[in-house]
Amino acid sequence: MNDILLYSLIVLGVLGGILAVILYIVAQKFKVEENPLIDEVESNLSGANCGGCGFAGCRAFAEACVKSAADKNSLAGLNCTSSDMSKVAAVLGLTVTAEEPKIAVVRCSGTCENAPKKTHYEGADICAFAHTLFAGGSGCPNACLGLGDCVKKCAFDAIHVDPVLGIAVVDEDKCVGCGTCTKACPRGIIEIRPKGKNNRRIYVSCVNVEKGAITMKNCKVGCIGCQKCLKECPFEAIEMRGTLAYINPDKCKQCRKCVDVCPRGSILAVNFPPRKPKVEVKEEVNNESKE
Amino acid sequence: MNPKKTFPKGGVHPEENKLSSDKPIITFPIPKQVIIPLGQCLGAPAEAIVKKGDEVKVGQLIGTAKGFISANVHSSVSGKVSKVDEVMDHTGYRKPAIFIDVEGDEWLEGIDTSDKLVGEITLSREEIIERVRSHGIVGMGGATFPTSVKLSIPKDKKAEFVIINAAECEPYLTCDNRLLLEKPHEFLVGVKILMKAVDAPKAIVGIETNKIEAAKLLDNIVKGDEYYHGIEIQPLQTKYPQGGEKQLIKACTGREIPSGKLPIETGCVVVNVASTFAIYEAVQKNKPLISRVVTVTGKSVKNPSNFLVRIGTPSTELIEAVGGLPENTTNIINGGPMMGKSVSVNDFPVIKGTSGILLMTDKEAQPRKVGNCLRCGKCINACPMGLEPFLLCRLSKNNFFEETEAERIMDCIECGSCEFTCPANIPLLDYIRYGKNKTGQIIRSRNQK
Repeated sequence: MNDILLYSLIVLGVLGGILAVILYIVAQKFKVEENPLIDEVESNLSGANCGGCGFAGCRAFAEACVKSAADKNSLAGLNCTSSDMSKVAAVLGLTVTAEEPKIAVVRCSGTCENAPKKTHYEGADICAFAHTLFAGGSGCPNACLGLGDCVKKCAFDAIHVDPVLGIAVVDEDKCVGCGTCTKACPRGIIEIRPKGKNNRRIYVSCVNVEKGAITMKNCKVGCIGCQKCLKECPFEAIEMRGTLAYINPDKCKQCRKCVDVCPRGSILAVNFPPRKPKVEVKEEVNNESKE
Repeated sequence: MNPKKTFPKGGVHPEENKLSSDKPIITFPIPKQVIIPLGQCLGAPAEAIVKKGDEVKVGQLIGTAKGFISANVHSSVSGKVSKVDEVMDHTGYRKPAIFIDVEGDEWLEGIDTSDKLVGEITLSREEIIERVRSHGIVGMGGATFPTSVKLSIPKDKKAEFVIINAAECEPYLTCDNRLLLEKPHEFLVGVKILMKAVDAPKAIVGIETNKIEAAKLLDNIVKGDEYYHGIEIQPLQTKYPQGGEKQLIKACTGREIPSGKLPIETGCVVVNVASTFAIYEAVQKNKPLISRVVTVTGKSVKNPSNFLVRIGTPSTELIEAVGGLPENTTNIINGGPMMGKSVSVNDFPVIKGTSGILLMTDKEAQPRKVGNCLRCGKCINACPMGLEPFLLCRLSKNNFFEETEAERIMDCIECGSCEFTCPANIPLLDYIRYGKNKTGQIIRSRNQK
């Protein structure tokens, strides 16, 4: 009995030793030389492999960063979130001019209150499927279906379907603007826009291209293409896409004139401080001049 | 009559509920306004050739087919075109349509509106197919595939059988049954026309045994008249989906369509009852497809009926005619309960593919709680195509479209037997349809390269 135990120990031990030596030799012979910087750069990235940078995952992006730093001594053309880029630049001993941060914007305000559901959907919880099946609960063929294809695709847990509102809502702190959700949405509702100065943004929260009369039946806040904002804008930042207004974020100076003039409340101004009523402002000015 | 046959694998037997099977077809009064959608068939929608203010007559061509898989659209009433605009179809999306305000009932010259049976077939093969094409005939079972495409047989193939789908395996629907009982001679002449069109020596009419009356009636006529030589009446077991093209061919001839191939591969051409009748009217009476039989039914409906309706009649008028929308109606289904689609708007026009309008109350259509997959395998037993629905569902859900293709998702006939039988109430078919759609896109884009 003891013999068997002993023999097997010896045989396996010797075998293990020989194989270990072979493995060591092979590992030495076929060793891949890799820049240790790549690992360091990668550890500074989020590791979500969102693909927003255009590379196949964070590792590939780190490799590209190290290569670019060695060849061109710059990180031009390589984009991740601004905080991550500054970290990467520090590791590589470079400086980056901060790209304007971007964020995903859900261009639909068809909440349960604004666009009441006329029909009840039961079935597979896939927006892409429901989109082929019917126009949507409110009847608007461009509205957020609220089944969460974008939620499933988001690697940063930054977008959720609000159970009360019934539409997708972006978490401003978590969103990095990678654009995965824009591809997931079958109706093209989500857009990547610059985060804006002080996190303030103005956008048309609607992508509906139907005629005004039909839109009015379906939704309280849908864009009807009245062009009032177009006429009001002093910076020519608004363009009409059929019966839908679109605000060009590069031209918009955030004056909020379009928000005031919109009869439907389709244009949203986010993170602005509440305005003082106009009358009061005038009075103050008058008082000052009197004094 | 032959002993009854069936397809060998899978299938389910839902409650039949043929409430209106003894109700004769009533000719529905012409409505004040009809809305005729231009996209009434599978494939490209037709192009409008009339404009606002034009006077049209019954049977006049108002939309021409665009492309090979497309069908002409004819005016079903006489009157004035009030507008060419978009209308919400049963999905809630807007589709182009022609609105016609009805004035009188004036038919286009050359259309035989009498009820007289015309038995002698004078047109040649090519003329018949051309007539079927120009008169806008499509598959009226619900799929709305242009019939002329089906009848144009490739040169290297030969049709041996014309198979008439009279199974009507959908519960509730009775329109085909009534048509067979009331117009058996016209129907059989239609079968003869089809046999001539595809040059097939034999025709098999597959009828489920719950319509044994119709089967006996047809059998007596066929046996009593030498003119109908070659037509065979084949009783089939009452089982869903007996009327599926692949299942019907298997049951009637014992042949199986290879995966991804068309029925002509087995020498069969399958046509629906309503389409056969429409072909008879088009060829013998020069009448385009402008009306069809629609079953309006439901357990809580006061008076379930079969109506002969002009295309474009609003569904609300039909519902009004059977005693109005019953209280607590939550689901209006366009078609039968198995393959039909629940509509998101209750006012939609009747089109060529509308075989029935089914009204369900909240009690019948109660949403059931969706559970987890038990791995019981009931869906595999129920699948008439021998697929594994639970696997396809799971793969589609996780977007594994290469695997779904390998698991032959494209062979799914979307009959819904799996979902019907699932004890956990998982919407299997929804996921499979999603997967099939996506897989199809991938295959098409690959073939284009």
